[in-house]
Amino acid sequence: MATALERPSADIESFLKQNEEKDLLRLSTAGSVDDGKSTLIGRLLYDSKGAYEDQIASVRKASTNQTAGPLDFALLTDGLRSEREQGITIDVAYRYFSTPKRKFIIADTPGHEQYTRNMATGASTADLAIILVDARNGVLPQSRRHLYIATLLGIRHIVVTINKMDLMDFSEAVYNEVRADFLNFATQLPIGELKFIPISALAGDNVVTGSQKTPWYAGPALLEYLETVEVARDRAFDYMRFPVQYVIRPNLDFRGFAGQVAAGSIRPGDAVMVLPSGRTSRVKSIATYDGDLSEAFPPMSVTVCLEDEVDVSRGDMLVPPQHPPHAARRFEATLVWMNQKPLEPGRPYLIKHTTQQAGAAVTAVRHRVNINTLEHELVERLGFNEIGAVTVEAKRPLYFDAYEKNRATGAFILIDPLTNETLAAGMITGAAASERHPTGDLAALELNTGRVTPAERYIRAGHRPLALWLAGDEELAYTLERKLFDRGCLVHVLAGEGIVDTAEASADAGLISICAVPEEDAATRDAVQRAVGRDRFLAVSTADIPGNSDEAADAICRTLEDRGYIPRLPKPFTGGAGI
Amino acid sequence: MREVAAEFQRPVMLYSIGKDSSVMVRLAQKAFYPGKIPFPLLHIDTTYKFREMIEFRDKFTSEIGARLIVHINQKAIDDGANPFRLGTQKCCGLLKTRSLLDALAEGMYDAAFGGARRDEEKSRAKERVYSFRDSFGQWDPKNQRPELWNLFNSRVDKGESIRVFPLSNWTELDVWQYIHLENIPIVPMYFAKLRPMVVRGETLIPVEQDIPLLTGEKPEMVMCRMRSLGCSPCTGAIRSEADTVPKIIEEMMLVRRSERENRVIDHDQEGSMEIKKREGYF
Repeated sequence: MATALERPSADIESFLKQNEEKDLLRLSTAGSVDDGKSTLIGRLLYDSKGAYEDQIASVRKASTNQTAGPLDFALLTDGLRSEREQGITIDVAYRYFSTPKRKFIIADTPGHEQYTRNMATGASTADLAIILVDARNGVLPQSRRHLYIATLLGIRHIVVTINKMDLMDFSEAVYNEVRADFLNFATQLPIGELKFIPISALAGDNVVTGSQKTPWYAGPALLEYLETVEVARDRAFDYMRFPVQYVIRPNLDFRGFAGQVAAGSIRPGDAVMVLPSGRTSRVKSIATYDGDLSEAFPPMSVTVCLEDEVDVSRGDMLVPPQHPPHAARRFEATLVWMNQKPLEPGRPYLIKHTTQQAGAAVTAVRHRVNINTLEHELVERLGFNEIGAVTVEAKRPLYFDAYEKNRATGAFILIDPLTNETLAAGMITGAAASERHPTGDLAALELNTGRVTPAERYIRAGHRPLALWLAGDEELAYTLERKLFDRGCLVHVLAGEGIVDTAEASADAGLISICAVPEEDAATRDAVQRAVGRDRFLAVSTADIPGNSDEAADAICRTLEDRGYIPRLPKPFTGGAGI
Repeated sequence: MREVAAEFQRPVMLYSIGKDSSVMVRLAQKAFYPGKIPFPLLHIDTTYKFREMIEFRDKFTSEIGARLIVHINQKAIDDGANPFRLGTQKCCGLLKTRSLLDALAEGMYDAAFGGARRDEEKSRAKERVYSFRDSFGQWDPKNQRPELWNLFNSRVDKGESIRVFPLSNWTELDVWQYIHLENIPIVPMYFAKLRPMVVRGETLIPVEQDIPLLTGEKPEMVMCRMRSLGCSPCTGAIRSEADTVPKIIEEMMLVRRSERENRVIDHDQEGSMEIKKREGYF
């Protein structure tokens, strides 16, 4: 393997030129405990001569892990003492190596289940993920979790290395079995390119160079693949986004807005709009230490000067007037919860998104994703290392795009304002249902002027908003309304025309609506569910409920308690406004 | 850097005079151009730094118009702290770590930039770009904040601080290449020259201050340079003919020895850098 370090020394200047132009591939690795991940990275560093001789010499001294071969490559990467004691990697470690073709940064992330948050951390900046599977064990739940997180964080290129093939006699059948098992799960996920490579990290087969022992495998060795894979960095998202980090004003003649271009490109003369003020201007110049630029694009950090005296401060965003991002306080997102304390809807958190930081709350958990089956599960909260779909409401409008379109304006973190811990990583999926219609109907009117948050409504009402679908039993509907009202709930019965809009408006106002339709009507039911959202919709089938109206209403109340829509203990009637 | 300047009350940049510091200062100049660097540079002077380093420091910082603060743990030095008497572990503890923590507390700095890179040493590979330190300046590697995308959590309570490592993802080659491309001034000691040295086994120890000589040792002139700069008693030189940046880069690629190998402090005990970091060292 020819490497940078062995190049002839004659033309250092041209080498520097070449090195300067080399592109950078950021990758993350993931595997379960003992899949041999650290060994694989050690092997890549060692065989590509990225590991310096004296570091290797010190590993020779310290080799303690008896299961590894003559030289324990894992010790090149497992840096911290506590890890050495436990024999597992517990935190993200960043490694650097380079070949004549590319520079690489590896985020080596832990396989241990409880450190999934670090896996997401490593994946957040990666273009490609290597998932290690132990050929002896096949696809484990952790492998699936890692794949899911990698795709969730927007990694389009996945390499599955089926490791420890040396222990399975380099059997093609074993490889095919693991591959099929993996594909079975992977087809449910948005993967751009999926590659399988049979390797032995310990012995080096198919890691840097192809192996004689796998004649049935015609593909490239891992490093060869990493050197040549085309990584689609541009997601065809052309609209300029420039979040302002810092205002530079050294004297009265200069006023520049410093930031990193998050998407698209900026040229002098471009028309820009400032969010949130909505004022427009044109780019006068793009100033840098090395002179003015004629164009700036991601990930350049530049300073933009505008032609007009427009008021701009940190947290504002410059965008093209024809193609602004969403601007809203409420949005839907996928959260990876990273703290021991579970997510509590309604609790005050801080959100950090682009260069903005604001108060925020999760107003609803729509579902949790079972990472083994990808099924959606209805839950109230998210626990440590759980992933779910939520609605977030910030105290100020945020300017965002969907994460799948643009990572920089679609990503956020949640911070605990009391402990200052980072609680969760979030990926915005879109504007909240009720913010999708900016004009017209009642729902929009209610929310766009909204200074009262759903969380506040929830606290006032003492229950969550809900559209309860109840077909074919008007008597039961009114009995239930009475019972809920007597428990202090804000509740009413809806029937007839306009039920979809009214249910949505009522849910936004924090009410429980009983949709009492004379007979089952799937089209209307689905329309109501779409309008209010899954977390605010529940269909009850009268066929399943035994007994008279009174008993049936009690049974439904218990269901509502179980699902967490209403509190378990009846609270005293406080005279809240009924409708 | 702009994030830090925008989000913290009192940021400061740790300035060690080394090549990484030079690069960091250039990045700061660029980040705030045409404005000046909006925070001071802080040098923790152990009084055992090389004379050439101090001369370079004073000239360089005044040329770029940066505010320089020099902090010395005078009490420890008055009490006779020196590496020959205390051993390197204790000396570093007093003159660097203690002194740094005192300086940060004195200035009430809530964010301090450092030039550390993740490729330097194993425990540094797990360092965050924003590394949280408690009110005693200590690092808890098991309890680090997850760091996603480039959304950095800058929240600290009074007395706590964040160490910020803007060069985290740079390698040694990247640093040299940048120095070359940008023509950044660095301490002349990085370039090879005939210098008086004590040759002790594989190590070259520069003759400066009062290095106690072992029996039979005497200084000789050696063509050499420094790969990294620390205190004169603890920093060995390497034999080298490289007297320009491209020659240094060329040498670096040929001499496959990691740059911290000649730094005595990393080897005084197994996992020693991690222990120093937990206590508050950079």
